[in-house]
Amino acid sequence: MNQPNKQLRHPLDDLLRTDRIPHIWCPGCGIGTAFSACLTAMKKSGIDLEKTVMISGIGCSGRGAGYVNLDSYHTTHGRAIPFATGMKLANPELNVVVFSGDGDLFAIGGNHFIHAARRNVDLTVVCVNNFNYGMTGGQVAATTPFMARTTTTPAGNPDAPFNLPLLAYASGASYIARWTILHARDLMESIQEAILNRGFSFVEVLSPCPVNYGRRNKEKAMDSMRIYQERTLIRNDARPWELDIDFDKGVILGKFIETERPTCTDRYDTVCRPKELLEEMKGSKP
Amino acid sequence: MRPAVLTGEYFMTGDVACAEGALAAGCRFFGGYPITPATEIAEHISGRLPEVGGTFIQMEDEIAAIASVIGASCAGVKSMTATSGPGFSLMMENLGLAICTETPCVLVNVQRAGPSTGLPTQGAQGDMMQARWGSHGHYEIIALAPSSPQEIFYQTIDAFNLSETYRVPVLIMTDEMIGHLSERVVIPDAKTIQTVSRPSPKGRKDRFNPYEAGPNGVAPMAAAGEGYHIHVTGLTHDQRGYPVMTVEAQEWMMNQLVGKIRRNLDDIIRTEAYRLEDADIVIVSYGVSARTSLAAVDEARDQGIRAGLLRLITVWPFPESQIRELAKRVKGFLTVELNLGQMHLEVERCAAGRAPAFLVGHPGGTIIPPDDVIQALKEHF
Repeated sequence: MNQPNKQLRHPLDDLLRTDRIPHIWCPGCGIGTAFSACLTAMKKSGIDLEKTVMISGIGCSGRGAGYVNLDSYHTTHGRAIPFATGMKLANPELNVVVFSGDGDLFAIGGNHFIHAARRNVDLTVVCVNNFNYGMTGGQVAATTPFMARTTTTPAGNPDAPFNLPLLAYASGASYIARWTILHARDLMESIQEAILNRGFSFVEVLSPCPVNYGRRNKEKAMDSMRIYQERTLIRNDARPWELDIDFDKGVILGKFIETERPTCTDRYDTVCRPKELLEEMKGSKP
Repeated sequence: MRPAVLTGEYFMTGDVACAEGALAAGCRFFGGYPITPATEIAEHISGRLPEVGGTFIQMEDEIAAIASVIGASCAGVKSMTATSGPGFSLMMENLGLAICTETPCVLVNVQRAGPSTGLPTQGAQGDMMQARWGSHGHYEIIALAPSSPQEIFYQTIDAFNLSETYRVPVLIMTDEMIGHLSERVVIPDAKTIQTVSRPSPKGRKDRFNPYEAGPNGVAPMAAAGEGYHIHVTGLTHDQRGYPVMTVEAQEWMMNQLVGKIRRNLDDIIRTEAYRLEDADIVIVSYGVSARTSLAAVDEARDQGIRAGLLRLITVWPFPESQIRELAKRVKGFLTVELNLGQMHLEVERCAAGRAPAFLVGHPGGTIIPPDDVIQALKEHF
């Protein structure tokens, strides 16, 4: 019998649906590291976890919501952010974390990302960027580097990838950071800051996909980690337009933007609501 | 600050009456996107929601609009959206998410003529089968069809109540004519309006199964932030809400989704009969076309034709047994609708050859005049 040893508990077990383990992520995949950094950040941030929700879209990273032992919603492909927007606006007391992948958030869901950032909806968006569509077997994504091979770009990707922090910056995000899963502690701290930052907060996590992306680009799981160590540069003051991903030239990591401006809910309340109602609503809050 | 229920007598359009009905039903979130001829619903409710403590947001497209509505409903707030043709098409995928996750919400389709961009400012009833089958997979759905601004006010309340009772998205399949028609609308005293909210969970939070059905086949629903640690997914799931990729899980879940509607047809189906008791020809119609049909029945009777009207108030689920019963005793059916035969197919199916079924259809852009109905009655019977 495979009885779980009660003494061997992982410190994050109380945040996990342990009855759903083993998870679906492949050996060498980085999503688990990004996911545990996210859970650790949620725990360390001191927010009320009973009022915290994780929302995912579709894809490998989109399975995140299925493993967290909190209120969690696994929505449709690309639609985690508008779902989260509705939930946050309907109940602003909730802490809403969107955990999903690059294809989900930036190809099919790209329009929703820029509008939620523009409105400064108080969400935390963690994007695991593994440079391809892993769940469906490794197709080209909006983040696939130029000339990288995928199942739908067998001769190499002819297109340029998105610079996600620049997109977030241009759209109005309040907090923007990028790390790799090798920088697990910095990543965790950034997610923690992102959760505590009021407004639309975005953390990009570069992550290996050895089975689908690495295999076709001569990059084993350990090679990816070496690249993340040797060909990255931490520069918190970098300007968003300097953040293109090209490992041959070096990729910049860090916390690039941290600002505070009124959130979507703040502005709705002050602009749209009658003043007497606003005072009533404030009075009723503990 | 005006109250949520604007008790009084008004001259208002169907679109505005729909928005006021929603507020009276307890709707406190609207996620929308402008589209003719449904825009006025969003316009009106955008000014009303903030003064009753609710929230309006105009999203970046219809896909986002319905996604925000489902998210808001999962936060425990009665939510809706309103759209028309192309927007309705864009909402189909997430309509399926609401069905699969059993999230109550109301979706209004102020129908215009299609396909594609069609006649944006002119009405039709061409989305009736899309309402039934537009999202992928097999499911049951509830759809209502109002015939006047007054009725859309009450139907919107009814739509929310059905949606909350059965944890299913409810469609209001109105049309441009009713949406833009101005008529007398009476909004009653707030105390007389009955509203229903989704069943809430009871018992220990750590033992709660989000999809364990109650006696009427519907599971209690916990909102985000209530401490139940629920998981909600559009994947096939078990009663814990966990994804399970097996044939057995698919059978179990589909039985839940379909069964809760099929087992409660008597509670859900609403029809109205007009001069039907002694009729030997049954006109079946709904929405704006039912107004045409009403005039046609009186005119036919004056001419000695014994016609009666069965007006569909719920178009889905379809009143199959009523049509079957009528088919045993009448000479035939005539369906009147602004498309080239959609609900007509259902009438024909349920009449099952016991009585012939004919159609007075039109591709939309105008209403069907009563004379066309009279002419068809004379031609076929």
